[in-house]
Parts: sequence; structure tokens; C-alpha cells
Amino acid sequence: MKRVVLGLLLIGVASSAELEAHAFLERADPAVGSTVQTLPSEVRVLFTEKIEPVLSSVQVFDALGKEVDKHDVHLDRSNHALLHVSLPQLEAGTYKVVWRVVSVDTHVTNGSFSFRIVR
Amino acid sequence: MIVTCAATLFVVPTIVWAHGFAGSRFFPATLTTDDPFVNDELSLPTVSSIVTPDEGGTRDTEVAVDIAKRITPNLGIELGESVINLKPPNESSQTGFGNLELAAKYEFFESDEHETILSLGGGVEIGGTGNNRVGADSFTTWAPGFFFGKGFGDLPDTVSFLKPLAVTGQVGVAIPTSASTRTVTLNETTGEREIDIERHPDVLDWGFAVEYSIIYLHEQVKDIGLRAPFDRLIALVEFALETPLNRGQKGQTTGTINPGLIWSGKYFQVGAEAMVPINSRTGNDVGFIAQLHFYLDDLFPKTLGRPLFGGKK
Repeated sequence: MKRVVLGLLLIGVASSAELEAHAFLERADPAVGSTVQTLPSEVRVLFTEKIEPVLSSVQVFDALGKEVDKHDVHLDRSNHALLHVSLPQLEAGTYKVVWRVVSVDTHVTNGSFSFRIVR
Repeated sequence: MIVTCAATLFVVPTIVWAHGFAGSRFFPATLTTDDPFVNDELSLPTVSSIVTPDEGGTRDTEVAVDIAKRITPNLGIELGESVINLKPPNESSQTGFGNLELAAKYEFFESDEHETILSLGGGVEIGGTGNNRVGADSFTTWAPGFFFGKGFGDLPDTVSFLKPLAVTGQVGVAIPTSASTRTVTLNETTGEREIDIERHPDVLDWGFAVEYSIIYLHEQVKDIGLRAPFDRLIALVEFALETPLNRGQKGQTTGTINPGLIWSGKYFQVGAEAMVPINSRTGNDVGFIAQLHFYLDDLFPKTLGRPLFGGKK
């Protein structure tokens, strides 16, 4: 049994350069569930894995369900696990960020979170 | 003639329980109760130890290995085997293999919006493949079952801190192919033959796990500032129960309530739970179960970790 475990671990380590897993949200700005007073110019979402930008999306909706982002989701130049989407000047209120990402090994994950702007 | 009605009802399951997704919900592989997910994964090892009432208090220690493989995205097969050590009080211990266990499961319903998955499946413990000295049955037992998983991410925002809750569970019936086992022994004192009849009831296997996912809280509800490794924890309580349905033991439920923690990483999870007997029929001492569980779909996404047919899910 020990040999099987070691074998699996060795295979994993040996091919670690190619290993990718399901992408989970690691951090966001504005933060998940946060209340901010400064108007954000964009939403940034950092994932645990590198992302396929063409197959991934981040959308921001207002309380009425209207999409308010600038439809320009893009990968960060230096960090391929970080997605940006720009925002116009937003009013105070609650906004919902909906994301769906495909990690480079084609695993799909999705989720959503809210943030609130107060003045 | 001595006729007894006995059955070892409490057993630690050895078939692997799957991790999975339903919408934005990640469900970890639970340790002692089954769930509806079909996936590619390996539990190596699952270690458990608990004192059962057999012979006045026998410590049952098991080391199990389990592997699950998807045939199609919704259909999977599972295989499990265990090494069992039994230590009765004031007697030498016995070690041997449990019976080989095979199972199949089919996911027939999934709602991403409501984080819900339902499955049907069936398992078989193949009699005679293990060692009799550690209680492995000489007969085969079939176990069809229904499995469910539900995340509560669809609760209203007014109770957002309940959204990380989820429930998974199972309801099934274990049907032995032999109603009883007769053992004849010679009483050295009296010189008489003694016949021991152990009856094997059909058993309702039922259980569920209540989980609170810090992963879900962190991703979907509120970033409370927890960072690695604490942002990958799932607290859970499992209820693993068995209720005989006939053959003189109807309604004599046994089982354990298992509070514990699972830490889920990219490629594997580690879990540990206490095993608290629900009554004296199950035992009087708290046991434990711990597991190292590999996500083969993440470790080998292009080879071993994908369905044999039908692409990946």
C-alpha cells in the first residue's frame, strides 16, 4: 500500500508542471460580501488556477438584474489566474458578480458573490 | 442445542464516497456516509478504529483502500477492499481481509441552480472473498440505494450565513443472500454438539452528512479574512445508521454520529472524524476515522481522471 501511495505521489510530483485543477475563487476586489465607500473602477477576481480567458466570464449586475460592467473581461498580463472587468461610475447599491471560468485543463467552475457600495 | 440470534450490524463502509459539484457548490467526499456524486478518485487509506460490543468489547481497526472510476460522466463504478484487525478483550487479535466490495452509481438528476444532485446505485459485497476470522461473510450481500445532495446556496440573502450549509445522504437496503449461518461446535465439557445460528436480517442503510463549507462562505458569501489553509475547511457531522428490518432484529438501530473536519486542496483532501456510538448496541467508546483522498480528475485530467466514454463533465 505504501508503494502505491508513493507511486501516485511521485507521478503527481513528476508531472506537476502540467497539473491543473478546478479553479476556485481565491480573492476578489471588491471583496466577497464587502461594503465599500470608494467607487470601484473594476472588479478583479483571483482564482487558484490559470484561466482560459476566451472561455471565461465575469459579469456585474445591479439590484434590478441589469448588467452594468463594460463587457471587457480580460486576463491580467502578469497573472493568468486573475481576471478584470471594468465598471462605469456606479451608484450606491448592491451589486452581484457572476463568474464562470474554465481552467487551462478545461475544468469548469462557476459562482457568484455580492458587494455593496455606500456613500 | 443453542440457538442465538446475532449479527454484526455495525461495519465501517469501505466503498469510496465521491466529491463533486452541483452548480457553484463543491461537495467534499464524505468519510462514512454515501453521497450522489460520480467521480474519479482514490481513498488511500481510510483508517478507522472503534470498540464494538462483540465478545464484550472488541476493538475493530480497519485500513481500507477504495477507487472510483467514471464510465460516462454520469455513471461510475467503485471498488473497495479493507484489512481488518479484531482484538477481543483478553484474547489475541485476528487480522485478515474483508470481503471485496463493488458498486455502481448513476446520476439521474442535477440542478445547478438549486445545487441538487440525485443518484441511484447498487453495491455488492462478494461473500467468501475475505477472511472468516475477521467476520467476513461467506455469503454475498446486495445493496441498492438512493443518494442525494443539496446545497443551500439558494436561500435568501437575509440568511446568507446559512448558504454554506449542505446535506448529502443515502437510503438503501442491504439484502444478504443467506438468511442465516449455522455453525456446529463440540462442547469439550459436556461432549455435546452445539449449533449456533446467526441470523442475517435485511438492513436499512441510511445516513446523511450536514456540512458547513468555509470554501463556499469564502467564495460566495463573505470573505471573513481566513487564508490558507483555513479557507479550505469544511466542518461536518455525519450520521451513519443501520436498522434491521426482519429476522428477529427489526428496529434495532445501530450507528454512529461523526463530527469532524475535511480540508480540501487542489488534488486531495484529508478528513478526520470522531465516531460516537448512538447506543450501547453499537458500542460504548468513541472511535475515530481518518482518510487521505485523492482527486484523480484533478491529478490526471487528460488520462485516468476522465470518463472512459462521453468526454468530461
